[in-house]
Amino acid sequence: MKRTQSRALPYLLLAPSLVFLTAIFLLPLVQTIALSFSESGVASLGNYRRMVSDLNFGLALRNTFLLVLVVVPIQLALALGMSVMIEKIGRGRDLVLWVWTIPLGVSDLAAGLVWLAILQDRGYLNSALYGLGLIEGPTAWLTYETPGTLFLGVVLAEIWRATAIVLVILVAGLQLIPKEYREAAEVFGARPWTIFRRITLPLLKPSIQTALILRTVLAFEVFAVVYAIGGTNFPVLVGEAYTWQNANQNTGVAAAYAMLIVVISLAATAIYLRVLRVPAEQQP
Amino acid sequence: MKSILASAGAAAILFTTSLAAAQDVNFLSTQLRPVEEAQKVRQVLLKGVPGKVSYLVEEPPQFDVRMKAEGKAGKRTISLAGALHGELQPLVTSGDIEPIDDLAAKLADRGIPQGLMELGKLGTGKQVYIPWMQATYIMVARKEALASLPAGANVNALSYDQLEAWGKALTEKTGKRLIGFPAGPKGLMPRFYQGYLYPSFTGGVVTPFRSADAEAMWGKFKSLWQYVNPNSTSYDFMQEPLMAGEVWVAFDHVARLKDALVQEPDKYVTFPAPAGPKGRGYMPVIAGLAIPKGAPDRAGAAAVIEHLTKPDVQVKTAAEVGFFPVVKAELPADLSPGIKLIAEGVAKTQGARDALPALLPIGLGDKGGEFNKVFSDSFQRIVLRGENPRAVLDAQAAVLKGLMETTKAPCWAPDKASEAACPVN
Repeated sequence: MKRTQSRALPYLLLAPSLVFLTAIFLLPLVQTIALSFSESGVASLGNYRRMVSDLNFGLALRNTFLLVLVVVPIQLALALGMSVMIEKIGRGRDLVLWVWTIPLGVSDLAAGLVWLAILQDRGYLNSALYGLGLIEGPTAWLTYETPGTLFLGVVLAEIWRATAIVLVILVAGLQLIPKEYREAAEVFGARPWTIFRRITLPLLKPSIQTALILRTVLAFEVFAVVYAIGGTNFPVLVGEAYTWQNANQNTGVAAAYAMLIVVISLAATAIYLRVLRVPAEQQP
Repeated sequence: MKSILASAGAAAILFTTSLAAAQDVNFLSTQLRPVEEAQKVRQVLLKGVPGKVSYLVEEPPQFDVRMKAEGKAGKRTISLAGALHGELQPLVTSGDIEPIDDLAAKLADRGIPQGLMELGKLGTGKQVYIPWMQATYIMVARKEALASLPAGANVNALSYDQLEAWGKALTEKTGKRLIGFPAGPKGLMPRFYQGYLYPSFTGGVVTPFRSADAEAMWGKFKSLWQYVNPNSTSYDFMQEPLMAGEVWVAFDHVARLKDALVQEPDKYVTFPAPAGPKGRGYMPVIAGLAIPKGAPDRAGAAAVIEHLTKPDVQVKTAAEVGFFPVVKAELPADLSPGIKLIAEGVAKTQGARDALPALLPIGLGDKGGEFNKVFSDSFQRIVLRGENPRAVLDAQAAVLKGLMETTKAPCWAPDKASEAACPVN
């Protein structure tokens, strides 16, 4: 009697979260799949055809990938540097970590608006440049005529907003690495760069994997920051899903975009899991 | 688990009883959403209604979702819906609106023009909404822009050529592009193509969509766009760039210009949109009041509709929030200067000698958004991306034709009336 109870216990403990996930994740997912493959109740690929033939589709796909490819590596490099620096700080470490993670607490739309306030025609950047005598008056950086600076603005805002999540994961990972390895390497005369490359980085791989998966999936879902800064001048996949749902009132095509984002995110996750695989015996 | 469900159920019951206990008429509106305007509705416009009314506001997409969801759930909390013509249309298609012919008969003495009442049938033959208030789009210029008007141009009777010349003169004088359009993600730019540009140049909207006139029109508009502020594709409301001085001459819905006009009435002039070879197209905007199917308090809702369509309440609506009467009513002489500017702009638009009214789309059901997209996409491709107008118009005409055929919507003015789906020639 007692034995069966204890065997059932894990399942009982898991049940609430399972019910929760089914209700608010799995069911809507199935519904979205069904929606994307039907047009006024009839099974069809029409939504996908419309999505692919839309004038913004190629642009949104390109912009989203470009953002991920530019933003995620920079964030990883920055976060690695920052986390190693934090390891070295003795007093005031918590304060620095706290300040660096402030953007985590800001909603992404708010973060986008902060950067809009900086970059718009009458924003802080132009005021500063004007004050320095570098420009003659309000200069537009975020219009359809200036795609380069618009992209740069979005990249800056994304880096500012979302590097902290990578940082937090890496800091936690660094703390798991036993000090003995480093000390042993130092005894043998290894230089800091060698220690970082040969010891810290390999042992940090599981954390890097987690951080990359999380960050990349979120980067593919980028929306609010782009919407605040670029509006429809810089189409991205989630933004197109939003436009099809809200402005165009076509849930089918919106669902098709949503499915495309799911597939891309799953593919990215699968690639990371495979490329950054850590054999069990190497895990700390 | 059971106890969780039980407590959730208990909470739900508590929640509904507390709602029912209040016995308010829930009035959900997509119009007059800003806090100050909503307060005016609650404290001034709804004063004197028998019974208690809760005035609630929701953005259009959420309004649509909520109305449909309540219908599907079979549990209506909203007794009265106030929304634009185009926002009510999908709800008629989904069967969430109840016909109110009885109320229309009762309100016959209000003097709502027949044309407006006809719009309130949304092509169904039954009255589905009662016109509530109306507005339109006008142009506003900062007074310092007037000095650059081209010689011989009358600001109240501009042509598109003159607007372009004006923009050019402003750019030459200041080095900046100072004309502005609300072409942002939430801006009302599609209405400019459908109610202003197309009617003025082609005399229609749907039928001449890909005509030679339309091709010439896009060429003209592209040439005008050289003097348009490139931030226009981010502008949702023109009042902000006007107040900031980023834009000196702007086109928008009166409700989206109001803040600028009310805050600094001495700085601006209002005037009608330009005219093209076929006349001065303009689009009257109608907000209507409808009763949802299964409304918890139909009688209460009907009482609110009767109240809001009274001539004195209609005049108050104009004075307080800048939407104009749908009934016969004299506006008082002591309107605030900002509202007066709006009223002048609207009067000059409606009263222009070459005025060419273009109705809001009728009969498109839930395809209104995609209808707008046909025009926005054409603009994107021709004006912003520099594609060949002929090729773009042919491609977009195919999409438009598909939409008209799916919805079977007959033509509306200024297109020539049609029996079947409005043809795209």
